Amino acid sequence: MSEGAQTASMGRSASGILATALRYAAWVVLAALVLTLPKMFTSSFAFTLLSLMGISIIFALSYNMLLGQTGMLSFGHAVYYGLGGFIVVHAMNTITKNSLPIPLPLMPLVGGVAGLFFGIVFGSVSTRRGGTAFAMISLGLGELVASSALILRSFFGGEEGITTNRTKLLRIFDWSFGPQTQVYYLIAIWCFICVLAMYALTRTPLGRMCNAVRDNFERAEFVGYNPQFVRFLAFSLSGFFAGIAGGLAAINFEIVNSSYVGAEQSGTVLLAAYIGGVGFFSGPIIGAILVTWLQVMLSDITEVWQLYFGLLFVGMVMFAPFGISGLLMMHAPLWHARVLWRLVPAYLLALAAGLVMLTGVSLLIEMAHHLSTKTSEGPMMSFMHVPFSVHSFLPWLVAAVLVIGGYFFFRLTWPHVEGAWHTALMKAREHGSAA
Amino acid sequence: MSAIELSGVTKNFGRTEIIRGVDLSVRVGERHAMIGPNGAGKSTLFNLISGRLRPTAGAIRLRGEEITGLRPYEINRRGLSRSFQVTNIFPRLSVWENVRCAVLWSMGYKYSFWHNIDSLADVSERTELILRQINLLDRRHFPAGVLTYAEQRALEIGITVGGGAEFILLDEPTAGMSRAEAEHAVALIRKLSEGRTLLIIEHDMSVVFNLADRISVLVYGKIIASDEPAKIKSSRAVQEAYLGTAA
Repeated sequence: MSEGAQTASMGRSASGILATALRYAAWVVLAALVLTLPKMFTSSFAFTLLSLMGISIIFALSYNMLLGQTGMLSFGHAVYYGLGGFIVVHAMNTITKNSLPIPLPLMPLVGGVAGLFFGIVFGSVSTRRGGTAFAMISLGLGELVASSALILRSFFGGEEGITTNRTKLLRIFDWSFGPQTQVYYLIAIWCFICVLAMYALTRTPLGRMCNAVRDNFERAEFVGYNPQFVRFLAFSLSGFFAGIAGGLAAINFEIVNSSYVGAEQSGTVLLAAYIGGVGFFSGPIIGAILVTWLQVMLSDITEVWQLYFGLLFVGMVMFAPFGISGLLMMHAPLWHARVLWRLVPAYLLALAAGLVMLTGVSLLIEMAHHLSTKTSEGPMMSFMHVPFSVHSFLPWLVAAVLVIGGYFFFRLTWPHVEGAWHTALMKAREHGSAA
Repeated sequence: MSAIELSGVTKNFGRTEIIRGVDLSVRVGERHAMIGPNGAGKSTLFNLISGRLRPTAGAIRLRGEEITGLRPYEINRRGLSRSFQVTNIFPRLSVWENVRCAVLWSMGYKYSFWHNIDSLADVSERTELILRQINLLDRRHFPAGVLTYAEQRALEIGITVGGGAEFILLDEPTAGMSRAEAEHAVALIRKLSEGRTLLIIEHDMSVVFNLADRISVLVYGKIIASDEPAKIKSSRAVQEAYLGTAA
């Protein structure tokens, strides 16, 4: 075998086969997890949460086809999500009205085609520019569609939006899709297919040229590619997947309104992708899961949850610009060298300090919120089940001590983290050279 | 028929004439060097030929076919590929990916999103061949951005020749290299340009006279001589305009 052919068949060597098997195994495990998750949770709340996560994973990954893969910062990605949702609701209502023999599980595809269509239409304009100009155009298009949603009442249904009934379509295997469990499976299967498809897309000539265009727009032009067309294709395909996510959301909620296409929805997907990390394929998945969870859980705990959410985002941008997946990947070499456990004590210490600080900050925020917006309820409030009066001095002192003390405690723990990191890295290097 | 032919090409930036009516003919299969003092417009001329800039007037032909005003990728698809004076690579992609991106279009995969890129044996073979030639095979997993300067220059050449272009334009490929690195690069260029047409901008005269079949001298936006190395060396006009002042 010539050396050239050898590398070409590198993927088929012994370790290659193992790697390939592992890669497929990862997908099988994921599929199994998706299907068995409902068995682990029995509450209907868990199904609702898991359904939302599935939708938001597709949406965030479609967003990252632009931001992470092709280097396009969009402020209007909800347009394709929302329009996908609206088209699906209209399609469902039309199908129900005319008793057409089309089952519900195909509806997300309608959303995808709608997203693709609007991606092609708007993308043909906006992808002619990159960088800041593209970001501005996407913002403008987002505003345009969001304001149309309130004007074109017959299509968007004004402020109330448009409702539908997912149980009225043709039934297959006697699934009504009334219970949330069945909707969960629908979302889970579509989510799995979309994640697989978007992952596969990164490993195609187009997927790689998207990365090339992101890295160096001009150079791509000199190796035969029209980088604007690469951006346009990425944009259209991203619209397709966003439309599927929007269609699933429409099925899940049985209502679509103007908030689907709005700036807040566009902002949330940006935050999810960024917090998860745009540099890795898994990043937006992690981000989507976390952000959905925070949206649901935090909004139960506190009324000013968006403030915490914003603080998290600012914190990530400042201290971990590569997102959660970036942080995880940073630890990968230590994991492989089996020295990751060396970090645990130092991390626990820093975590304790961080929690003290966080508690103080949170107490300050909650007290300020109570003082400024709930004057009618009187000065009594409770924090972590401890009742107290915001007019007394003590809770403010406690909060200040927690914040300042936590901060200094954290500062003290940091050298330990750095030290532990350093030692672990040295061990990992030794391990690397020994192997 | 000439491989690359420029007739009456001019380029103005505002009211400043940078290229002032260049006529140039590069023969098929020759190694043609472009020399001239700094600011003569050599890189601008490359930018005009490769489509990075549009000429103000004049015509550029590739194998007799007019390419004036075409986009860079259209010119590239017609078989002309160029390198850059300032390293112009894909910094976050691996060395392997860098070369593979340069190979893809010419092998017909275009904008395909239905092929698994890692299972394209022809692409992998060609990528490996190029990497072996530019001596970067053992660095293939590294992000291109972390390579040494000389390695990045070699990669720049690899990307340029990756698509198997018939006509190669190299803009100061040995700039900033040590003596040994430059010699290595010249040997590489000699090997890679075999059977192709090469137009090269170069400041190092030993490289130029060693490598080129013919030399053109560009001074203040005009070609003042275009001939064999020996004749260029002895040309009085060239000596006055360029070699004399440089020495």
